[in-house]
Amino acid sequence: MDWATFVQLCVNGLTLGSVYALLALGYSMVYGVLKLLNFAHGDVFMIGAFVGYGILTSFGGSLNLSISVWLVIVLMMGGAMIGCGFLGVLIERVAYRPLRAAPRIAPLISALGVSFFLANSAQLLFGAASKSYDTFGLVPPEDGIHWRNLNIWWIQVLVIGSAFLFMAFLTWLVQRTKIGKAMRAVSFDREAAAMMGIDPDRVIVYTFFIGSALAGAAGVLIGLVLFQAFPYMGFNYGLQAFTAAVVGGIGYIPGAMFGGLLIGFVQSFSQYYFTTWFQLVSLSLLVAVMLIRPSGLFGKATLEKV
Amino acid sequence: MADEDLQHAQVPADKPRIGVDEWVAREEELRLDQGLLGPVRLFVARVPWWTLLLGAAVGGVLIGAIVDDEYFLQVGFDTLIYVLLALGLNVVVGWAGLLDLGYVVFLGVGAYGFAWLSSGHFDIHLSAFASVPIIVAGTALVGLVIGLTSWRLLGDYLAIVTLFVLQIFITWGNNGDDINIPFVDDPVNLTNGANGIHPVDSFDLIIWKAETVKDYYFLALGVALILLAALYLLNESRTGRAWRALREDALAANVLSMPVNRLKLLAFVFGAAIGGLSGTVFAASQNSVFPADFNLQKLILIYAMVILGGAGSLPGVVVGAIVINVSDRLLTTPENARLIFYGGIIIALLALVPRRRWGPYWVAGIAAGTVAFGFAVRAVVGVFWPNGVDGTLPGEGSLTNALSHWVLVPTDPFDIGRYAYVLLVALVVSLTFIHGIWRRLLVAPLIYLAACVWENVLVAEPATTRLILLGALLVALMNLRPEGLFGTARVEVV
Repeated sequence: MDWATFVQLCVNGLTLGSVYALLALGYSMVYGVLKLLNFAHGDVFMIGAFVGYGILTSFGGSLNLSISVWLVIVLMMGGAMIGCGFLGVLIERVAYRPLRAAPRIAPLISALGVSFFLANSAQLLFGAASKSYDTFGLVPPEDGIHWRNLNIWWIQVLVIGSAFLFMAFLTWLVQRTKIGKAMRAVSFDREAAAMMGIDPDRVIVYTFFIGSALAGAAGVLIGLVLFQAFPYMGFNYGLQAFTAAVVGGIGYIPGAMFGGLLIGFVQSFSQYYFTTWFQLVSLSLLVAVMLIRPSGLFGKATLEKV
Repeated sequence: MADEDLQHAQVPADKPRIGVDEWVAREEELRLDQGLLGPVRLFVARVPWWTLLLGAAVGGVLIGAIVDDEYFLQVGFDTLIYVLLALGLNVVVGWAGLLDLGYVVFLGVGAYGFAWLSSGHFDIHLSAFASVPIIVAGTALVGLVIGLTSWRLLGDYLAIVTLFVLQIFITWGNNGDDINIPFVDDPVNLTNGANGIHPVDSFDLIIWKAETVKDYYFLALGVALILLAALYLLNESRTGRAWRALREDALAANVLSMPVNRLKLLAFVFGAAIGGLSGTVFAASQNSVFPADFNLQKLILIYAMVILGGAGSLPGVVVGAIVINVSDRLLTTPENARLIFYGGIIIALLALVPRRRWGPYWVAGIAAGTVAFGFAVRAVVGVFWPNGVDGTLPGEGSLTNALSHWVLVPTDPFDIGRYAYVLLVALVVSLTFIHGIWRRLLVAPLIYLAACVWENVLVAEPATTRLILLGALLVALMNLRPEGLFGTARVEVV
């Protein structure tokens, strides 16, 4: 492998990884406040990709766009974020909130049901065939940074840049604002937080909104980079992003970001080396991490009794 | 407040019933359950177990003896395979309380094992007498290895790792035709990739060989009955009680000196062995093994069976498997799918009859209102938008005919149907926010809208519809009745 290929793979990994990181943040935040594996998160992401596609087509599609390219991308991201944010809140309200007092297995199964429902509803509504974003029509592939053999497309720059922007915003939100403080308090100890006058339900709703909005943004970004949206994309990407969240230490926000980037790099390189088995590399990484350090690379080891 | 008052105090449904344990919950529920299922549940609880088993045996044998229709027997056989799988999953999820999302892997290991030991793939043709014990032991070993992860991983983490194991298994099944093993020159073909292994020997018990669909039906029936008896005895044994203790509170079980880790492994091993056993019968009957047979959808289907019937209850799991698999089959033709849909609505309405004096009248009123509402809407739409009532419904028969005079049938149903579908989902979701009389008033339009969507969109796409229904069923069950039809209500003891 020459130097240029190496850097190219790094850029690809960074692109994919920043999307995974956005998606992993949602898993991690929800797990933090609710101790729930939100299986439906990947499908919210898929809906985001479809919302983005819908907005793109309503302005004439990639090939004969009626407004400027960057404006339409901003609109797609905004629309997907708002739509998915509300979808996430709705899912929480209908499928998870009634089960707060139920045994822990109940919300997990409910989440599986929501995931199945969303993926197949999307298949019913939009068809099983994948919808093409035709990103090359928006931004031609030769536009971007060129240096020797290295080609970085503007869309990749956009994906990496906006993902880091969102992560910076989220870090600010969680560390510096009142609602972020409440989130940290609820994820630390929900009952104690409630006694201190924090309404956990409100915090959970905010968390779902933010996490799902990030998933919506990730959906549009992945649509732009990989050109397509299809009903079952939520499962595959969701699984990878979940791996990222767990590897980084679930419930710990910087861990999710790091885990996402790591999984992105691992995938990018393993795709180059092992073509058919590349999916297994990140999965095996996860199993190994979970067996050696169940709380993830950065997670705080909690004392689990049995 | 006196103790008695405390016990009978009405606890709002959305609040946890703190301190109510399993036993109290069961007694209380048997007393209070006046709905349709109440007498059935009482009957099941009171009749000795071997009577139920005998009844199931007689019923199964009678069906097999009377019916000669191949398709019917095939559905019966598939149902029995699902009964086996649901029973196996019940050991892991229902009894030991371990969320195993890779359960289908054991079915796959059993099926591939049978294909290796009894087919032309490696040119080994063992009889089922020899191969089945080897495979069951092998699958149990796989279960042991996967179960080892449950020592360190609790709850959700276990779910994820087992889900990954399923993912790995699927990849292996699809790409296992070309595996390079160090120091072996040629790549080894283990699974023959997506093309699958075909043909596989039939199930050969030396004195008797399963050849026809009917043979396989009786084979599966026999296995299921033996398994049911064994599992019943297992559940009543020390191990069964220990599993339940583990499920309810692992910490308490540990404190009471139960070997928690060994119990978890044992549950995994039992579940895996049952999965492997059903895999052998499955592979032999369909004469082939394909990686596509072992996917997430099958897993969700088995989960839905266990949960609908009531995780932890043997009769419940059997009933759940039968109900779900049979209705799944019926969904494939429009006429039968209709029966399921309207039958389901009627049963749901009857089950939801409020326990008050005017309850039955409310339900009758809602039913009549729905019919009237339908005709009114159709008349209005017919005046303003003739295309909206001009289409034709799929299927035939008098019910189809009658329905085509009641629901809206646009000439181009699909586009409008998609919006109607979204509206329907939105309405159902909004039902959870609305209470009191408005909720009852909303029911009639809701049923009508659901009927329109069903007739125009869902009936036409049975493959997607069944999965949507499965997803919705899981969410609805978890919300309304997490313990399933026959399970025991469990509450978090604080």
